[in-house]
Amino acid sequence: MDFLNAIILLLNYIFVPALTYGSQLALGAIFVTIIYGILRFANFATGDMMAFGTMVTILITWYFQSIGISLGVLPTALLAIPFAIFFMIGYMLFVDKFVFRYYRVNKSPPVQLAMVSIGVMFVTQAVVRIIIGPSDRRFFDGEKFIIKAGEFKEMTGLNEGLAIKSSQVLTIFITLILVSILFWFLNKTKTGKSMRAYSDNEDLALLSGIDPKRVVMITWIIAGILATIGGALYGLDKSFKPFTYFNNMLPIFAAAIVGGIGNPFGAFLGGYVIAFSEIFITYAYKKFFMYILPESMEPETLVQLLSTDYKFAVSFSILVIVLLYRPNGIFKGKVL
Amino acid sequence: MAFFEGVKMTGGYGTGPDIINSCSINVNRGEIVSILGPNGAGKSTAMKALLGLINLKSGSIAINGKDISKLSPQDRVREGISFVPQTKNVFAGMSVEENLEMGAYLREGDYQNIIDEIYELFPILKEKRNQLVGELSGGQRQQVALGRALMIKPSVLMLDEPTAGVSPIVMDELFDHIIKVKRTNVAILMVEQNAKQALNISDRGYVLVTGENRYSGTGKELLNDPRVRSSFLGG
Repeated sequence: MDFLNAIILLLNYIFVPALTYGSQLALGAIFVTIIYGILRFANFATGDMMAFGTMVTILITWYFQSIGISLGVLPTALLAIPFAIFFMIGYMLFVDKFVFRYYRVNKSPPVQLAMVSIGVMFVTQAVVRIIIGPSDRRFFDGEKFIIKAGEFKEMTGLNEGLAIKSSQVLTIFITLILVSILFWFLNKTKTGKSMRAYSDNEDLALLSGIDPKRVVMITWIIAGILATIGGALYGLDKSFKPFTYFNNMLPIFAAAIVGGIGNPFGAFLGGYVIAFSEIFITYAYKKFFMYILPESMEPETLVQLLSTDYKFAVSFSILVIVLLYRPNGIFKGKVL
Repeated sequence: MAFFEGVKMTGGYGTGPDIINSCSINVNRGEIVSILGPNGAGKSTAMKALLGLINLKSGSIAINGKDISKLSPQDRVREGISFVPQTKNVFAGMSVEENLEMGAYLREGDYQNIIDEIYELFPILKEKRNQLVGELSGGQRQQVALGRALMIKPSVLMLDEPTAGVSPIVMDELFDHIIKVKRTNVAILMVEQNAKQALNISDRGYVLVTGENRYSGTGKELLNDPRVRSSFLGG
């Protein structure tokens, strides 16, 4: 019985949250990796673009709520996301047309484009804060839990409860669907293949007649979809605070680089690698050991390797280790 | 008038000095023409000029009587001119079949029959159709590169040093493949370092020196010309 309790404890505090957090990171990491692979620069505006997409989702959600539209048990935000995606795609294409295009046409070095993206980051950040403000906002409505801890305890008679939030299930479910569609698109359709070809060997892609303008446009469209959904899912699950999104850029970049930058599948798995490492290392295992060890050996301390305040140190360390020992990532991306 | 020709082409990279000077090259369908010459003679540059990768100061390029001097490289591909660069001439992260599909990007409609034709021409590619090109040997990669370029059913195929860095046996094999392509009534223009072997399979050849035409003639004539022999073929 104690053993079962220990497993439920890990499921509840590590496995389910890490799977959720990993999915959110994965969407951001695929965003980073696709921009890097095709437009060939590190997009530092990633976090704030996700915040922007989330903000639009929230504003539309509020509008829907004000006129009395809701999805019942599901969060209203799900209905708002498609509209936010359209807006976000417009925003991405706008930024590309008036900012990035100039540097791309002039064949600026990638470092310069990365610096330009920092400029975009500041502007986007400012716009988000002017429109919605820097404070913490929750926009989740509908049924919060699928399984409540108390109900679970009653059902199974265990001491430990397993709580599964509907936002967690939604996140994992939507991520899997979105990523499957994306991989199908990249691997099976002509347009998707031409994007991979462009990322693989730009000159030869041009010689084969692939239209670079079209490839760039579709890249930004995909980026808009990923930024909005990734950001909105994170906001639904936790809360929306622009600064957190900016902070999330470190684990997102770490995930993209661990997976091999430029490789979308690597970025997808990289998201989970980072999320699981962060949560494994910052979780306090005291209770877990209380279940599995005899009473005499019970730990005195929290058995926590690192305080949660330092969770970014985990992604940063992984980043440094990967860059030192395997610079092209686990799944063979480009060498940085 | 030849099928594909560049007449008195002069130009260089960007605003730099001229690399080719009043250089003229032409090729007919079903013919292999080699461009030879010492290092820095402007062989590859002449080919890039024909493809539109560099801007010409003067001179003109025409295919089948149509002037294409002002067209971009992509538009020239649409006119049926295919190019295999010397390096980075395959999509290394994609499978053999995907490489061929990308070659057919401009083709509308079904191109499975062209893929089958390519497989007939290069049987080894059929065997390795689902393998990543980055994992193939040098000779096999060159075959993928040729196959990709043939997917648009080009009337002109330009090869920049197709045998660079492969072993002599593989080189012979590649030349055999190039002759097979020629028999499908394609005009083939190639730049080669292995001058002797190239002239052996060529119908005609040009020898460029400092960006100008120095000698030209049939493959046999050039091979037997004592001046060409002494300067480029090693006696």
